[in-house]
Amino acid sequence: MSKNDIKVALIGNPNTGKTSLFNQLTGLNQKVGNYPGVTVDKKLGVSKLSSTQNAIITDLPGTYSINPTSIDESIVLKTLLKKNIKESPDVILVVADVENLKRNLLLFSQIKDLEIPTVLAINMVDQMNRKGITIDLSLLKKELNTEVVLISARKNEGIKDVKAAIIRCHVAAKASPLCGINNQIDPDYFTKLKEISPNYSLYELWLMVTQNNYPETVTKEEKEKLLAFKKDVSKLKKYQHKETIYRYQEINKILKKTYIVDKSKAKDLRGNLDRVFTHKIFGYVFFVFLLLAIFQSIFDWATLPMDLIDGTFAEISDFAKSNLPAGVLTDLLSEGIIPGIGGVLIFIPQIAILFLFIAILEETGYMSRVVFLMDKIMRRFGMNGKSVIPLISGTACAIPAIMATRTIASWKERLITILVTPFTTCSARLPVYAILISLIIPDIKIFGFLNLQGLVLLSLYALGFATAIIAAYILHKTLKVKTKSFFVVEMPNYKLPSVKNVFFEVVEKTKSFVLEAGKIILALSVILWFLASNGPASFDNVEKNTIENTANQNFSEKELQQRIASIKLENSYIGILGKTIEPVIRPLGYDWKIGIALITSLAAREVFVGTLSTIYSVASGDENTATIKQKMASEINLDTGKKRFNFPVGMSLMVFYAFAMQCMATLAIVKRETKTWKWPLIQLFGMGLLAYVASFITYQILS
Amino acid sequence: MNTIASLHKGEIGYISEESLDFIPLKLLEMGCLPGAEVELVQIAPLKDPLYICVNGSHLAIRKETALQIQILKSEILHV
Repeated sequence: MSKNDIKVALIGNPNTGKTSLFNQLTGLNQKVGNYPGVTVDKKLGVSKLSSTQNAIITDLPGTYSINPTSIDESIVLKTLLKKNIKESPDVILVVADVENLKRNLLLFSQIKDLEIPTVLAINMVDQMNRKGITIDLSLLKKELNTEVVLISARKNEGIKDVKAAIIRCHVAAKASPLCGINNQIDPDYFTKLKEISPNYSLYELWLMVTQNNYPETVTKEEKEKLLAFKKDVSKLKKYQHKETIYRYQEINKILKKTYIVDKSKAKDLRGNLDRVFTHKIFGYVFFVFLLLAIFQSIFDWATLPMDLIDGTFAEISDFAKSNLPAGVLTDLLSEGIIPGIGGVLIFIPQIAILFLFIAILEETGYMSRVVFLMDKIMRRFGMNGKSVIPLISGTACAIPAIMATRTIASWKERLITILVTPFTTCSARLPVYAILISLIIPDIKIFGFLNLQGLVLLSLYALGFATAIIAAYILHKTLKVKTKSFFVVEMPNYKLPSVKNVFFEVVEKTKSFVLEAGKIILALSVILWFLASNGPASFDNVEKNTIENTANQNFSEKELQQRIASIKLENSYIGILGKTIEPVIRPLGYDWKIGIALITSLAAREVFVGTLSTIYSVASGDENTATIKQKMASEINLDTGKKRFNFPVGMSLMVFYAFAMQCMATLAIVKRETKTWKWPLIQLFGMGLLAYVASFITYQILS
Repeated sequence: MNTIASLHKGEIGYISEESLDFIPLKLLEMGCLPGAEVELVQIAPLKDPLYICVNGSHLAIRKETALQIQILKSEILHV
């Protein structure tokens, strides 16, 4: 980035192809950052405008207006009100949908009044003929007093014109308001407002007052004067309404002269598809089948790459162990860091595939129909039609799912969605369920075709969803959160998904998982490794004692090493921890060994399997489920002399994993999204208590 | 008084000037303006939300919001 680069802010309504334009302008030169203080991702990209001129393009969240109703949208206002030279945009590029130009111009008119040089890109012009639209471009330019470009971002048409317009607009650096809010509504009022400061445009001052958002550059004195304008709230509201109507009147005047729609030429696919997708029976049937198909493909497609990742990391770990000089650092690398990274990457296939489907559904416009179908049902449980998307995403991983709640405007509905999402069966629970089911559920078919093991797995998924819904209902009835609930969803036109957009969306979501969850899972893996490979004084003698004690038992070298590893773990800090909590977990049917696995599951639930394999002295690196399974199957409960992993214990464990909040990475994300430790702590203890009680009942009834 | 919620599927109404104060700003910004023609496109299977088309915008709004927006069943003269 050099000083001469033009800073461009890309703004537009949702569903206008803003992302397509961003992708066309920047190609692979994108990166995702964070806005200071908030959690919304900031997408930046470099675009080569000409041989000598680059632009840094910021893709701002889609919004219908500069007046925000959700966190995503508030970013737009904050970015545009910035006055320091480093961050404020030089040129604003507004994207509009040709079919919905009137509404899109509302946002444009607001932006224009900020008095920043603005380019208007009218997108999807390839649809004009089909929709019977004609535009008088030169007159529109004149009326709007700005650069206007016709483009078709998906077809990569008009992108060069956009680039040229940005340069022209930057050079000319002229910026004048379009509507000018003062003359129509209340001239006295707005003249007084403007007198507060010459450093800001009238509209900027008006936004500061109405949105209670003051950039750092506002002086204390100015702020006091602005606050005085806030006193009469009903007046503010009334003026905002008047302002919007005035803007539309102005826009109508301009469009009357420049924009003609011949409705007789318009052909519409929307109506027919809507009749099917929002049908009172078929709509739901289609949605359920779609979900089943998605889950089926996730399982089918993800298994191979997951096994590959698993195997590769085991090999890397073994390679490091046998080729690096023995010592603490090698152990840290081969037993802490490498498996830790592997434990993060193993989830990528499932997460990427699920987000591939979600991105396609959103791109086509179908997701809005799901929101429409589900809103009433979800509302009974204190959530929102939009909560469906996080709840589905939660079956891959709760972290991107919780981040996907940001589009929910009502705080209470969003909070409930965040709190219950971790109940959905995420991919980390799957290995735990898989091994326990294979141990305690016979591999038989009932009614001749239903696989009993598969049926149990399916009911665990159902249990997760049901608990999420019930928990939401309880929260809905008990939570006293003040909220202004207002719901509006645009039903966009159906369209074919763009490969490029879907690809970028999947990459971005996967990346955010790897970075957000990855650092925590990795850090915890290292801490747990330390606790498992160190212990109080007696720990150091384990190796010597074991060799002495077993001298006459004719163990092979491999068996001896396994034996040592197992006894070392028992005497390590983590082993001591496991023994300490044994009295607490005994009523659930667990012993200290399972206790250790519960503790290590705090990194990620699937670590349960790996930990048990070490405890039951299966050679590390040989993570063959069959061997772990055999070891677990032959493990004896010393109190009863019978199998440790019998039916009651297995069921109790699965119930525990279904309910308990064991994922530290999720807690960290919840803290970030809710800005307080209160909610993650409520999740940790609430879900923990539920898990404990439910497992207790399960075990006591079954045994 | 008729509201958007009292329209039948496929029926058209005109938002009355009186409801200006009851229309949330966001809806106003999305094109739900007094005087505008509004069509009830679809009703969700559980009678809520409602899928409307106003000023070229296709929007789903909840019944509680629709009940606040008064309409006239025939067009009125407006500026």
